[in-house]
Amino acid sequence: MLIELKNIVKNYENGDVITHVLKDINLTVEEGEFIAIIGPSGSGKSTLMHTIGFLDRPTSGEYIFEGENTKDLDDDQLAVIRNKHIGFVFQSFNLLPRTSVLDNVILPLLYSDSKIGHEKKAKEALAAVNLTERMNYMSNQISGGQKQRVAIARALVCNPKVIFADEPTGNLDSKSGSTVMHILENLNKEGRTIILVTHDLNVANHSKRIVTIRDGEIVSDRKVEEKDRVHSKQIED
Amino acid sequence: MQNFLSEIKTTVKNLLSRKGRTFLTILGIIIGVAGVIIIMSLGAGAQSLVLGQVTKLGTNLVGVLPGKSNENGPPASVFGIQIKTLKLRDVEAIKDKGNVPYATAVAATVRGSATLISGRESLDTTFTATDGSYPNVQNVEMEKGQFFSEEEGRAGNNVMVLGYDVATNLFPYGDELGKIVKIKIPNNNPAVTGDTGSIPFRVIGVQKKMGTVAFQNQDDQVFIPFSIGQRQLLGIDYIQFLRLKVNDSQNVKTTIDDVARVLREQHNIKNPEDDDFSVRDLVDAIKILTSITGTLSIFLSLMAGISLIVGGIGIMNIMLVTVSERTREIGLRKAIGATKRNIRNQFLFESIVLTLSGGILGIISGILISYLIALGARFAGYDWAFIISPMAIILAVFVSILTGVIFGLYPALKAAKLDPIVALRYE
Repeated sequence: MLIELKNIVKNYENGDVITHVLKDINLTVEEGEFIAIIGPSGSGKSTLMHTIGFLDRPTSGEYIFEGENTKDLDDDQLAVIRNKHIGFVFQSFNLLPRTSVLDNVILPLLYSDSKIGHEKKAKEALAAVNLTERMNYMSNQISGGQKQRVAIARALVCNPKVIFADEPTGNLDSKSGSTVMHILENLNKEGRTIILVTHDLNVANHSKRIVTIRDGEIVSDRKVEEKDRVHSKQIED
Repeated sequence: MQNFLSEIKTTVKNLLSRKGRTFLTILGIIIGVAGVIIIMSLGAGAQSLVLGQVTKLGTNLVGVLPGKSNENGPPASVFGIQIKTLKLRDVEAIKDKGNVPYATAVAATVRGSATLISGRESLDTTFTATDGSYPNVQNVEMEKGQFFSEEEGRAGNNVMVLGYDVATNLFPYGDELGKIVKIKIPNNNPAVTGDTGSIPFRVIGVQKKMGTVAFQNQDDQVFIPFSIGQRQLLGIDYIQFLRLKVNDSQNVKTTIDDVARVLREQHNIKNPEDDDFSVRDLVDAIKILTSITGTLSIFLSLMAGISLIVGGIGIMNIMLVTVSERTREIGLRKAIGATKRNIRNQFLFESIVLTLSGGILGIISGILISYLIALGARFAGYDWAFIISPMAIILAVFVSILTGVIFGLYPALKAAKLDPIVALRYE
């Protein structure tokens, strides 16, 4: 079992007003799964992703990651887990400006234990998203689809267990979007766990399992039949 | 190491992408550090000038001035206040070998302004009335002729030695030896009433060009025997200044004590607190002069320090702007595994790079300005040494790094504390 959430509750306090964002979430994720978390905005799906991705802590409940309870880890230990085991892909790419594609991909390695071979690893990750020939471009000189592929390479470079993709196609046209989804599918085929967060059922249908969340509660958790799955073809751009 | 290098690369790139803003930010540091360098250079230059002036006098000298003074300050007589406690019989007592055994020569002096008349020429200058032992006490080199002897001095012969500038002004053809030069008696002389008249002297020597020694132009004066200057020109019975030469530098302190003891006996002083004279050696004189330049340096360093603080506040301000501009970047870095320490160090490092480059530019401009000042001082005729001590540069580098740490810490901690989710959502 890779991820096990038990009775996760998340409340936000704002003065006297308490907002219950996550109410008693129970969820398990096996290694190699491709899950989509869907729900309307305000449903708590982003908070759930942040909690699973160690960017946020639950108010109560237990989170067991790779068999270990993460309750007592401090901020720095969480940072190490994020660096080692988790790769993030965001809707707005979040590449560093005035920095080359290659250096953007190297960035997570600078915070890792590995002190050598950064450039080699970054080039391998760029090859996996088919952007080797763009590696010396500045991050503002490439298209949106290419930016998101750089972000995927950056998420891959530390060889994480899980990749979180938060609306990865939200800022892309359909062509670039399907290229990005194709890459995620391939990564899953190679055995990597993918957790996709989206409000778009068409995007979610790329996955093998859809978890629907509404008002902070899981309202359905179903497998996607192979005949219903959408597959993107890679389109070069 | 690779991490560190790429950190430097990123930082420099970030700073260079906003050249104008970066330069304005570090301007305060540049000015502050340049100030420190200039002050230290001028301090050292002034010190060497003072030392040069004082040591030109000759070594192993002890000076006696009328009037009491504390350890660090000059006596009142230096400021032109006439104190009449030092008399000729005091000089005779000091000259007594039994009283002050290590003194090899003693010269008493009085000074005054003088109007010289030679034929139809006249010239305003100063006269120094002293003993024939003066050349034994102080470095005197003669261009022509000789200084008056002990006997001529004691007898009060009407003889005169010209300073170099006086000689060239009055006798442009160099035919001064043996000529008669008159000094007008000043009309404030209490011994003479009505028409003051003048006293004639025969020129027996010309001093070599000496320049300034102890901040006095040695070339714009004439020397005459002590008693004529004291009695006939000034109409006084006291001594303004007494200088002794000691046989060996080891005996200077002993001689100071001997002179003080003799003068206390002469003046019936029981308690050294009640001294009406000051005995000093050159070490004391140097101490006084350096304490004056030292005080000035401290004052100016304070000004430079204020400039550094203002510059540092500028750095803090711009670092706070940078942190808020790059909030999303901080969020991303945290999401991919940067710890609080990583983020804090990144911004601290950026602020140190800022202040250190300001420091380096400040050092360069400080050295340039100090050099120009030294050139100017030399042009104005001072024997000014251009000195940049390695200490000053080390201090400047250290201070600029310290400024970066002090004023970069708050923005860096603020960046480190950002919540990654909030930071990622920041617009």
